[in-house]
Amino acid sequence: MGFIWFWVVAVMLVAYVVLDGFDIGVGILHLFVAQTEPQRQVTLHSIGPVWDGNEVWLLASGGTLYFAFPLLYASAFSGFYLALMIVLWLLIGRAAAIELRMKINNGVWRAFFDGVFFISSALLAVFYGAALANVIRGVPLGADGYFFLPLWTDWRVGPQPGILDWYTVIGGVVALVALAEHGALYLAVKTEGELQQRARATGRVLWIALFALTIISLPASVIARPDTLDNYRKYPLTFAVPVIVFLSLLGMIHFCRKAEDRKAFGCSCVYLSIMMAGAAIGLYPRLLPATTGAQYDITIDHALSGPHTLHVGLAWWGFGMLLALTYFVIVYRMFRGKVPVESGGYEH
Amino acid sequence: MDALLLHRIHFAFTITFHYLFPQLTMGLSLLIVALKTAAIRSKDERYNQAARFWAKVLAVNFLMGVVTGIPMEFQFGTNWSQFARTTGGVIGQPLAMEGVFSFFLESAFLGLFLFGEKRLSAWGHWTSALLVFIGSWISGFFIIVTNAWMQHPVAYRVLPNGVYEVTSFWGLLTNPWALLQYAHNMSGAVITAAFVMSAAGAFYVLENRFADHGRIFLRVGVTAGVIASITQIFPTGDLHGRYMAKHQPATIAAMEGLFNSRTGAPIVLIGQPDEVARRIDNPIAVNDVLSFLIYGTTKAEVTGLDRFPREDWPEPMPLLFYVYHIMAGLGTYFVFVMIVAALSLWKGKLYHTRWILWPLLLSFPFPYIANTAGWLTAELGRQPWVVYGLIRVPEGYSKYVSSGNALFTLMGFMGLYTVLSILFIVLIYRIVDAGPAVPAAAEKEFASVTPD
Repeated sequence: MGFIWFWVVAVMLVAYVVLDGFDIGVGILHLFVAQTEPQRQVTLHSIGPVWDGNEVWLLASGGTLYFAFPLLYASAFSGFYLALMIVLWLLIGRAAAIELRMKINNGVWRAFFDGVFFISSALLAVFYGAALANVIRGVPLGADGYFFLPLWTDWRVGPQPGILDWYTVIGGVVALVALAEHGALYLAVKTEGELQQRARATGRVLWIALFALTIISLPASVIARPDTLDNYRKYPLTFAVPVIVFLSLLGMIHFCRKAEDRKAFGCSCVYLSIMMAGAAIGLYPRLLPATTGAQYDITIDHALSGPHTLHVGLAWWGFGMLLALTYFVIVYRMFRGKVPVESGGYEH
Repeated sequence: MDALLLHRIHFAFTITFHYLFPQLTMGLSLLIVALKTAAIRSKDERYNQAARFWAKVLAVNFLMGVVTGIPMEFQFGTNWSQFARTTGGVIGQPLAMEGVFSFFLESAFLGLFLFGEKRLSAWGHWTSALLVFIGSWISGFFIIVTNAWMQHPVAYRVLPNGVYEVTSFWGLLTNPWALLQYAHNMSGAVITAAFVMSAAGAFYVLENRFADHGRIFLRVGVTAGVIASITQIFPTGDLHGRYMAKHQPATIAAMEGLFNSRTGAPIVLIGQPDEVARRIDNPIAVNDVLSFLIYGTTKAEVTGLDRFPREDWPEPMPLLFYVYHIMAGLGTYFVFVMIVAALSLWKGKLYHTRWILWPLLLSFPFPYIANTAGWLTAELGRQPWVVYGLIRVPEGYSKYVSSGNALFTLMGFMGLYTVLSILFIVLIYRIVDAGPAVPAAAEKEFASVTPD
C-alpha cells in the first residue's frame, strides 16, 4: 500500500510539473520572446484555457499527500514555512497577472502585469527546483518528526542548512532553465511565424545551459546526499534513468533543430518526468531524509495513513483520475492547434 | 507575541477573506443556470445577455476564489501541523476529493462556459454552465464535510500512534452535522447571489439604463432571494440549531448568552455579555422563547454556561454572542425585505416602487456580513477545540513556526489581499458600468486571456 501511494503522489507531482511547467515556462519567456502586443497576447492565449486546470494538479497532489502521508504533509509544510508561503504569494500573483492583464486596455496596466507574470513564473520555477533539492539533500528532522528551516543560513550543505544553500540553488537554476526550455518548446508547437522562430531559437540557446546544468546536477546530488545512489546500486536496471535523461536531452535539440516541435516538446516532457522519477527512486522508501541521522528519516511506513483510509482512497482516486483525464482530453482537443496571430488570439 | 494567537488569526483572516468569493460563485452559478434555462425556453436574447453579464462577474469572482483558496489547503500543514498530522487520515480525504472531483471539473468547464459560447450549441453551453454549478457545489460539500468532522467527529478511531483514522468513509460523508450545515450554508450562498443580482437590477432600473435587463435581474434575484431567505431559517437554521443544542450545548449557551441553566429560557435579542459577572447587560429579552425554539415547549430546561468548566467555554464568548446575533438579525431582515419585494413583484409593482428598490440596492453587503458572521459563529463556537471534544486548539498549531514568522506571513497576506480587493472592486465597477447589453466590439475588452 505504501509503495502504491508513494508512486501515486509522485505521478501526480510529475503531471503537475509537466503540465503547469510549460505555462510557467511561457511566463518566464513571455517578456523576451514576445515583443509586440499581438505576440504577447498570443503567448498568453497559448496557455489561457489550460493553465488553471494544470495548476489543479498541485492542489490534488497536495490533498493526496495530506491524507496518504499526514506526517510528511505536516512536517514538510511547517518546516518549509516561509518558502511555501512565498510560493503561495507567487501563485496568487501569477494567476492575477494571467487573468487580469487583458481586462483593461491600457499599456501601463498590461506592462505591469507582464512584469508580475515574469517575476512570479521565474521565482516559482526556482522555488520548485530548490524544494526538490531540499527533499533530496534532507532536512534537520528532530525526534518528533518536525523541523524548521530558515530561507538561508550560511549557504552550506550541513546538518543545519537553510532552504537555500549552494546545492538547492543549483536545483533552482536547473528548474528555471528546464521549465523555460519546456515553455519555449511548447510555444514553438502553439505558434507560427516570427514568434515560433524566436521560440525555437530560445529553445536552442537554453538547451546548452540545460545540458551543462544537468551534467553538474547529477554529481552535485551525490555530493549533497551520498546515499542517493544506494537504490541504483541495488537495482542496476534503474541506471536506465540517467541514460533516458540524456537521450531525451539529445532528442530535444535534435527535433528542435529539425523544426519537429511536437517531438521536441515530447522529449522535454520525458526529460522532466524522468528527472523527477530519478529523484523518487533515490529517495524510496524515504519521503524526507534527515540530515540529523538516518533514524530520524521520515519513511513511507512511518508516515502512512491507516489502512481503511487508503483502501477507500484508492477506489475514488482511480475513478476521479479517469474523470480528470476525460476533462483534459476535452479541453486540450477543443483548443488544439496553433494560436492564430492576426486576430491576436482566438476570436471571441 | 503569542504564536498560537497569531496562527489563529492567520487562518481566520485568510479563510474569512477567501469565503467572500466562493459564496457568490456558488450562488451565482446556480442563478446563471436559471438564466440560461430561461434563455433556451423563451428564446429571448436578453436572457443570454443577462447570463453573459453575470458570467463576467463570475469570472473575476471565481479567480479571486481560486487564488485565495490555494493558501487554505496549505495552511493546515504550514500553521496547524500538529492537527494535520493527527487528523490527516480523516480530513485529508475530503480535501483531496475536492481537488480531484471539483477543481478539475470547474477549471475545465468554466473556460468552456466563459469563452466557448460560439463553439457550443445552446444546450452545450447550458451544460457547461450546469457543470460549473455542480463543480462549485461539490467543492462546497467537501469543505463542509471537513468542517463538520471538526465540529462533530464521527466514524473515526484512534490508532496506537495517536493518529485518527476513518472507520466508515460513508459515515464521514453522511455526518448528520455535515448535511445540516451544507443545506444551511448553500442557502446562505444563494442569498448572497440573490441580493447581489437584485441590487444590480435595482441599480439599472433606478438609473433607467439597461432597464430591461435590470427587470430580469430583479425577477430572478427576488425569486431566488425569497426562497433562500426562508429556507435559511426554516428548516435549515432551525434544524442545525437543534442539532447543535444536542451536541454542542456549551456553544448554544454562549451564543444565546445563557449563563445559568433554566426552564423557560429567554431569548436575548440584544445586550452585552459580561463574562466575569456572568450576566447580560442591558438585555432586551423575551422569556420562554429559547426553550420553545430548541425543545418545542416553553417548560424545557436549557443548559447554561454554568454547567461547563470555565476552560470549556467557547472563547472569546462575547464575540461569539455578537456574531451569532448579527447573523440571526440579518437573516430575519432578509426574509422581511425579500417577502415585501416578492409581493410587490407578484403584483407587478416592484419595478416602479422606489422605496423597495432602494433597500434592495443598498442591501447587497449584508449577506456577506451574515455569511461571515455565520461562519464565525460556527468556528468560534467550536472553541476551545480544533476537533470538538477531542483536540484542543493549543494541541493543533505548528509549534516550530515562531510568532515572528507567522506575523511576517500574516502581514504579507494582508498586504496582498488589500491589493486584490482594490483590483476586484475596480474590475467589478467596470463590468457594472459597462452594463449587460455590451455591443459585440466592446465585448472583446472584457474577454480574459482564456480564449474561446
